[in-house]
Amino acid sequence: MTIVQGRERALVATIGVLALVMAALAPGFYSASNLVDLWLGRLPVLIVALGATLTVISGEIDVSVGSMFAIVSVVAGLSSKAGLPLAAVAGVAVFAGATLGAVNGALVAFLRIPSIVVTLAMMIGLRDGLRWATQGEWVQDLPDRFQWLGLSQSIYPLATGLLAGALLLALAWAARNVAAGRAIFAVGSNANAARLAGLNVAQIKCWTFVLGGALTGVAALLNSARFNQIPSNTGLGLEMTVIASVIVGGAAVTGGRATFSGTVLGVVLLGAIGPALTFLGVSAYWERAIQGAIILAAVRSYV
Amino acid sequence: MAALLECVSIAKSFAGVRALAGVSLEIGAGEVHALVGENGAGKSTLIRIITGAERPDSGRLTIDGHSVASLDPSTARGFGIAAIYQQPSLFPDLTVAENIAFALELGGPWRRIDWKQRLHRAQVLLDRVGASIDPSRLAGTLRPPEQQLVEIAKAIGADARIVLMDEPTASLTDTEVLRLMAVIKTLRDAGAGVIYISHRLEEVFAIADRVTVLRDGATVGTHPVADVSTRQLIEMMVGRQLTQLFPKKPVPLGGVALELVGLSNLMAGVHDVSLQVRRGEIVGLAGLVGCGRSELAETLFGLSPADAGDVLVSGQRVNIDSPSDAIRHGIGYVPKDRRQHGVIPEMSVAKNISIASLAAVSANGLVQPAREFAAAGEYVNRLRIKTPSASTDVEDLSGGNQQKVALARWLMTGARVLVLDEPTQGVDVGAKAEIHALIGDLVEQATAVLLISSELPELLGMCDRIAVMRAGTIAGILPPTATAAEVMALALGHQ
Repeated sequence: MTIVQGRERALVATIGVLALVMAALAPGFYSASNLVDLWLGRLPVLIVALGATLTVISGEIDVSVGSMFAIVSVVAGLSSKAGLPLAAVAGVAVFAGATLGAVNGALVAFLRIPSIVVTLAMMIGLRDGLRWATQGEWVQDLPDRFQWLGLSQSIYPLATGLLAGALLLALAWAARNVAAGRAIFAVGSNANAARLAGLNVAQIKCWTFVLGGALTGVAALLNSARFNQIPSNTGLGLEMTVIASVIVGGAAVTGGRATFSGTVLGVVLLGAIGPALTFLGVSAYWERAIQGAIILAAVRSYV
Repeated sequence: MAALLECVSIAKSFAGVRALAGVSLEIGAGEVHALVGENGAGKSTLIRIITGAERPDSGRLTIDGHSVASLDPSTARGFGIAAIYQQPSLFPDLTVAENIAFALELGGPWRRIDWKQRLHRAQVLLDRVGASIDPSRLAGTLRPPEQQLVEIAKAIGADARIVLMDEPTASLTDTEVLRLMAVIKTLRDAGAGVIYISHRLEEVFAIADRVTVLRDGATVGTHPVADVSTRQLIEMMVGRQLTQLFPKKPVPLGGVALELVGLSNLMAGVHDVSLQVRRGEIVGLAGLVGCGRSELAETLFGLSPADAGDVLVSGQRVNIDSPSDAIRHGIGYVPKDRRQHGVIPEMSVAKNISIASLAAVSANGLVQPAREFAAAGEYVNRLRIKTPSASTDVEDLSGGNQQKVALARWLMTGARVLVLDEPTQGVDVGAKAEIHALIGDLVEQATAVLLISSELPELLGMCDRIAVMRAGTIAGILPPTATAAEVMALALGHQ
């Protein structure tokens, strides 16, 4: 399933070198508290990136995930404040994400508007719509039972780790071994041939947006539970980190080619580089420049 | 013989251009039925209608005696129809085994995939077509002939009762062709109906039971192959009435304007082309789709540079590695796909005309709109381009006038050699006559013209000489007094 393939070897090697450098120069990087912080901080990127991988495989792109993330976070916060039980809050979050994704998907697949246009419009419209609705106010004083989703703070990283791992394995397995998963690759690889093979191209593309939205909902829920307030500008710029990770993970932006294991490696590399620099005492201003260089190097080595 | 598939008066137009004008065809079980015709006769469109890739505007399809109201690719598959299209339609990022599986497996979206069985079946099918291809390779890494073999494996694996093959042998070697013939015989003996399209008439005679000739989107006739000769078939294919006169005035020929010596571009499938075009001369390039005509034109214009041979312009050896080299040496090129490559539809007539000669309308590195406009206006008048003004967007013009804009661009660069690829394709009769007259004017002004056309009467009427291409090289050069049948015979390789 998620076997490390040729294109992923370079990523593993790079991450390995980085890990060794950190072990030698800044062993404090591996303190439990730092690793937990790092994990919880990158968790939203990881889960959203799993969905984005599907969209990119189908030959489309979704830049509205950051705005969707903000809306779902606020909706989850408000519904937990309204007294909904935890399971219902979770359901609302996933449903809200899937619904927003379905709007994107329908516009792209059935009205044939390019996905970059649709999701760019959604990114701006949803973000400003939320700003208008909340008047920029944060959702404050979240109920205690929403905190850490009712788990203890120490068990939360482990629980989310298991959940993320399960999602990853399920998606990677289904993308490889279920007909619907292969159909996404087919559509992204050659949409015309897919049509001739009798696949419903529009429907398949639409579903990748729905799934991407639902996963964004999951990410927003898991992230919101960490704090007792939700800033209205949460998730700003998330889409760029996500797309960068997917690309560094070896996805072809033209569609048809990407692996979930690659995406995970991309998230790890881009996510670890910033904190690693801080630990090495390098100015944080270098983080973005280095990320940019990694993206270019990644694309260069895959084409 | 029970009719397996019956097409009755199928008609289809694309954007107002009639591709099929009422084709009727009947295939029996256990029959190999060949479909032949010139370029653009409508063979590929008919195939796409039978596989459900296109919907007919009118007409009726009957499969197994059931009238089929609407057909899409998946219902066609359900009826046991499989096709090999002229252009391979594979998924480049998926393995060969998976490509084959997409054509064969039916079932719900949530079914499990059995990779072992997929690989095994792919191996069996590839063995049957005699292809030594590892089924776990990515389809995008296959060479074109290998891709074609995978397409064949897909079609035979479907156990289809109706198999459509559109030029399946175009890129195959002789052994592979023999193997395919054996496979087709097996299919036929198992009771399948095979529609076989090929420009290679010897294959038609070797494999087909009956042959239907299409011409200009209509059926000319269906005959048992035993009852017709190659000669008769060719005559049926080209037997078009000369309805238009092509106004080629005699022009005294000047020196050699363009000379190709052993020009090759192996990647593009062009090899060892030697040809001369003199000032004031129109040399036609005839040949069937895939013979390398357009590729030769692209090589000459530097779009895909040659890997061997020489190009001489007015006796001087020149190096053409890019379109800008070609333009500098006075070569102009009007490509086949006008809307995609010939003009920029969203830009004005003036900007389209001046785009290859901006220096001439610029001062201090800045384009002078007034000069650009005046220069373009001159060509609008000279070529009688019907446009409200030179600032109208080209997309608002008719096809014929768009083509004149494409030509005007090269007149403005002062091109002395013009390469025109299907300049009258898809334009109406009036515009066609004007374009012919325009080409006539150009050669009178000592321009050398290399004219590619799939319409033989056009070539025979316009050209001083006709070079016939086959398999990437010049098969022969004929005088304009040649008959269409002679050109066709040379293009097909039947002298």
